Amino acid sequence: MSFDRIREKLNILADAAKYDVSCSSSGGTRKNDNKGLGDSHSSGICHTYTEDGRCVSLLKILLTNHCIYDCLFCVSRKSNDVKRAAFTVDEVVELTMNFYRRNYIEGLFLSSGIFKNADFTMERLLLVCKKLRLEQNYNGYIHLKTIPGASDELIKEAGLYADRMSINLEMPTEAGLKLLAPEKNHADVIKPLDFVQKNIAQFSADKKLIKHVPKFVPAGQSTQMVIGATPESDKDIMYTANAFYKNFSLKRVYYSGYVPISDDTRMPVLGTQPPLLRENRLYQTDWLMRFYGFKVQEILNDANPNLDIDIDPKLSWAIRNMQHFPVDINKADYKMILRIPGIGVMSAQKIVQARKFGKLRIDQLKKIGVAYNRAKHFITCVDSPYQLKDYQGTQIKAFILAESQSKYLKTDSNQLILF
Amino acid sequence: MIYIFDGSLTGLLTAVFEWFERKPGSTSLKSMMLYQPEAFRENLIVATDQEKADRVWVGLQKKLKKDWLRKFYCTYLSEIPEAYDHLFQFTIYIFQNETGAASNYGNDHVMALSKYAKSVEREKHRMEAFIRFQKTGDGMFYTSVDPDFNVLPLISNHFKNRYADQEWIIYDLKRKYGLHYNLKTVEEITIDFASEVNQKNPGLLLMDEKEELYSLLWKDYFKSANIVARKNTKLHVKHVPKRYWKYLTEKQLG
Repeated sequence: MSFDRIREKLNILADAAKYDVSCSSSGGTRKNDNKGLGDSHSSGICHTYTEDGRCVSLLKILLTNHCIYDCLFCVSRKSNDVKRAAFTVDEVVELTMNFYRRNYIEGLFLSSGIFKNADFTMERLLLVCKKLRLEQNYNGYIHLKTIPGASDELIKEAGLYADRMSINLEMPTEAGLKLLAPEKNHADVIKPLDFVQKNIAQFSADKKLIKHVPKFVPAGQSTQMVIGATPESDKDIMYTANAFYKNFSLKRVYYSGYVPISDDTRMPVLGTQPPLLRENRLYQTDWLMRFYGFKVQEILNDANPNLDIDIDPKLSWAIRNMQHFPVDINKADYKMILRIPGIGVMSAQKIVQARKFGKLRIDQLKKIGVAYNRAKHFITCVDSPYQLKDYQGTQIKAFILAESQSKYLKTDSNQLILF
Repeated sequence: MIYIFDGSLTGLLTAVFEWFERKPGSTSLKSMMLYQPEAFRENLIVATDQEKADRVWVGLQKKLKKDWLRKFYCTYLSEIPEAYDHLFQFTIYIFQNETGAASNYGNDHVMALSKYAKSVEREKHRMEAFIRFQKTGDGMFYTSVDPDFNVLPLISNHFKNRYADQEWIIYDLKRKYGLHYNLKTVEEITIDFASEVNQKNPGLLLMDEKEELYSLLWKDYFKSANIVARKNTKLHVKHVPKRYWKYLTEKQLG
């Protein structure tokens, strides 16, 4: 293989894969018990970060960017005039092994355009995984794309070698998807997600009865939605995410702000800034649902179909629900402490442990890591100053905005940053 | 009262033993290397004693859960002068209170250990992430580092488990020792670098013939994975502080 050709292929096929934002390498349980290469790290490792600040933990590439589909939001769509390339199975194996040996990566993220048909594509992906696991004794992470429409047998076999599998919903609603990719529908995504989920459940049930059951997608499944290409509300997006978390036990839902790559009139025009702040607020909501005990309906509902841009969703919820505050740090239960703006999971756990030894004071809260300037509007502790006046939610919002320096609001999100 | 110890973990634990022998009241602990005599405070130079240290360590193991023993060790590895005193006070506090006292985050020493340990664990994690091996002509994977804290003892197992089928060396230039994995065990080594050898990059001439190709491919990949429309330098530097760039193949020019 010539150096220049392999460099060119890597440039094309890494460039085409980068719009898939999943970067996680966590949840792997594979141990290096065959004196081979690689051992998973349960929380994952980000080996570097791109200049846009995204984590790089996996070698994220397409096997090929040839594709029979013409989805408007995708850079590899059939009608797009871009250079095409395809890796051989051995090239992917060699790149993965050599990058891994140098501690560049946690593993491989392999996706592909659909060439010929779904089964033909899935077979090639499976071949890469099998070579790595069986011939190279590779125990590093593998994130594999499930190709919608591939046969159950192929998907099931792939699950034996991959750590995580994913299929992208692409658009938050069926209507949005139909608008930009008439050939696709959500049902094609749901069927394999469901199939893999049922198998994961089956394997883990077997494991309780039988000692040696092979691993099946030990790091679970994830999906991705493109944000801002179609006119869905934040409520539409998060309700869909919530349903997928529930129905398919997904490990992660990713939200990818649309980066304009097409001049089609159905899409935002080229040069429009990707909606980074909105994306950030969606992730905050996702975290509130998964780690803070919030129900999606509390944050987004018919009265509030979109997230506030100027404040985060947790503060927003608190301001709308002042009847729950102030919370007594020394008495309230853990769940309520978690809901206080300015207190995160770690601080909340420390508070609950520390108060067994004596009532907590302001200076102790600060040392524990509470963002006190924010939290002070919502809490009382032993030495809280006596407050004569009951402030309204809107007043508190104004206080917080006045003294906080949002990293976003200084620059209008529609304004291009030159330097 | 000031106790002065030799800077070793054994010395630190001995100091705790001596304190309980004498009960001299409020005492602070300082490392010999950094000690400057004070006019109005008495001092005691602690004679490091393995047996006494072992007894303290066994006692600590009874009082602390695993996660706190780890925090204790990490804090020691931080090599920060004030951290030694916090370790000393923390240990006394733990022995003087009921089991479980380590979860009193309202206590200054508990909080201090929690913070030092967090910094050290973060540096350990960064080494696991940012180390880049170069393959030499004789098949060895080599890298040198100069971490903020003495984290080599903490990363040894990670690399041993992960790179079980390749020989590697991780060398700490600041503390002048390294780890060498010989396909069976990890051993501590010291290298006498000849003065003309560039320690950061000891001999491109000695590299495997494919080393340059893979470092080039990795740099290419790093560029291709970036989305220009989302450029966010502040976030980038927050995740990869500039002092780590020297380790990163993808951050080198050319």
